[in-house]
Amino acid sequence: MLKSRFASIMIIFVLSIILVLSGTVMAKGVKVGLAISTLNNPFFVDLKNGAEEEANKLGIELLVVDAQDDAAKQLSSIEDLIMKRVDVLIINPVDGDAIVSAIELANQAKIPVITVDRGANGGKVACHIASDNVAGGKMVAEFIAKKLNGKGNVVELQGIPGTSAARDRGKGFHEGLKNYSDIKIIASQPANFNRAEGMAVMENILQAHRNIDAVFAHNDSMALGALEAIEASGRLDEIIVVGFDAINDALKAIKEGKLAATIAQKPALMGQMAVETAQKIINGGKVEEYIPVPLMLVVE
Amino acid sequence: MSQALKFAGKFKSGIGLIGLIIVLSFLSEYFLTLPNLLNVTRQVSINAILAFGMTFVILTGGIDLSVGSILALTSAITAGLLSTGYDVVIAILAGLLLGAILGLFSGILVAKAKMPPFIVTLGMMTIARGFTLIYSGGRPISGFNKTFRFLGAGYLGIIPFPVVIMIIILLICYIVLRKTSFGRYVYAVGGNEKATKLSGINTDAIKMSVYAISGFLAAVSGIILTSRLNSAQPTAGTGYELDAIAAVVLGGTSLAGGQGGVIGTIMGALIIGVLNNGLNLLNVSSFYQLVAKGAVILIAVFLDRRSQQAE
Repeated sequence: MLKSRFASIMIIFVLSIILVLSGTVMAKGVKVGLAISTLNNPFFVDLKNGAEEEANKLGIELLVVDAQDDAAKQLSSIEDLIMKRVDVLIINPVDGDAIVSAIELANQAKIPVITVDRGANGGKVACHIASDNVAGGKMVAEFIAKKLNGKGNVVELQGIPGTSAARDRGKGFHEGLKNYSDIKIIASQPANFNRAEGMAVMENILQAHRNIDAVFAHNDSMALGALEAIEASGRLDEIIVVGFDAINDALKAIKEGKLAATIAQKPALMGQMAVETAQKIINGGKVEEYIPVPLMLVVE
Repeated sequence: MSQALKFAGKFKSGIGLIGLIIVLSFLSEYFLTLPNLLNVTRQVSINAILAFGMTFVILTGGIDLSVGSILALTSAITAGLLSTGYDVVIAILAGLLLGAILGLFSGILVAKAKMPPFIVTLGMMTIARGFTLIYSGGRPISGFNKTFRFLGAGYLGIIPFPVVIMIIILLICYIVLRKTSFGRYVYAVGGNEKATKLSGINTDAIKMSVYAISGFLAAVSGIILTSRLNSAQPTAGTGYELDAIAAVVLGGTSLAGGQGGVIGTIMGALIIGVLNNGLNLLNVSSFYQLVAKGAVILIAVFLDRRSQQAE
């Protein structure tokens, strides 16, 4: 009993020494926090890599946290970054509403916030960097309309309902098809940006509809899942599939002639621009509230 | 010496936690600062409250896989009531009641229909997630007044309010399990159900109660999370049941039932939280964090087994 009491006194003693020491150690150099929604998606891995390369070039220490698509985990890890007193926070939100709590905390701690890819619905954000998704959706509509000579049945696989990417890509796509009265959207189903769900949903749609001419998936993961389903059903030669994001697997599928097209967002460029902007803010320069990242249609 | 060993055996998880804290304080200068420690306890509170309810269920030899989904459903319903202008108290009470009823429903199937807890709560987990998506239309629900924010984001002095709620619940659970006949019966059911039934105790009622308690506490967690995020996420709580089970097991509660308690569980929850926070501060990739978390659970249970065999 005596021994254990002595041990606990020792532990308390050691802890208090560490506590005192930890307060006196001073940090040095510029630190930028990067909170990513999920690293299970190649798109965001590219974004992170672009940011890391730029940070290395500029001599910035980049601290990356991954929320694994859980808004609560994202808030916790941003709290941790604020504890570390980063100079700027770059956030790629899991959800635009839920992230507001985290941004308000950063505002209180006087840490400037940059959002990338998805925006926030509140709090003070210095700069938002994102692709023009509505324009991308329109590009896809134009491409499909041309391929089908202005006539046919189209299926839309939607991303996670409520995310701005799904909303904007869908909006641009529907707007783009308004000019073509003979093209009908016969099914719009969410498959949550997920490859397995893209396959399952497409399997069901293939059962329900005999005549399908084109599929637009809000991201490549779903498009590739849908391709699997279409290939298995033996209807690949009658259906064209278009994705969005231009991830490596999609570019491979385009080379193999399976995927018709995809829209290249430039995630690495997005990450790079975010770190550049962070550096600008640290140097006290002025930054734009919205910086659009260019898109392009990839067909081969 | 044997006394000291006994003492150490009883509070293994506590010693593990202190060891972890010492190591992390040397590795990161930010870790052992008061703001960060408060930050960790706030992050832990949601999992800890889920895990307290899970402790009751596991003590009876059961398991509750539905807590993450019940958290999400109560979160959505409470947020929905708030955003359509219902009073804060009404919205919270409705959420709590819903959690308790869903838990009770699982409990009835386990106790009266003699179905295995794993299957019952797996079904409940899927149903509750489905209702969450139906009710929310798959979209986050937000837009409520600032008073509700206090629950998840407010402070009592320097203590974050979720931590205050967690401590109150911990005390109540401790008293119920250690100082009441109900608590004794919970241990008895997990220790030897047949003998407990033969001695005239209503084991069915005990079983139904523990699932209701688990559902109720899942609702408490859901309401705190809603307030903390200022919105209800349809996918909230995915996988949280496993974190709760991990906290209970790390705390030395036996999955066979009859042994353990909430003090161990809070230690277990703190170990998981401290590990996550420390690895974040050390800038360790989240992929490695998962491996570390799993390894810690395996090592802890391995040591636990070893020491039990030694006894």
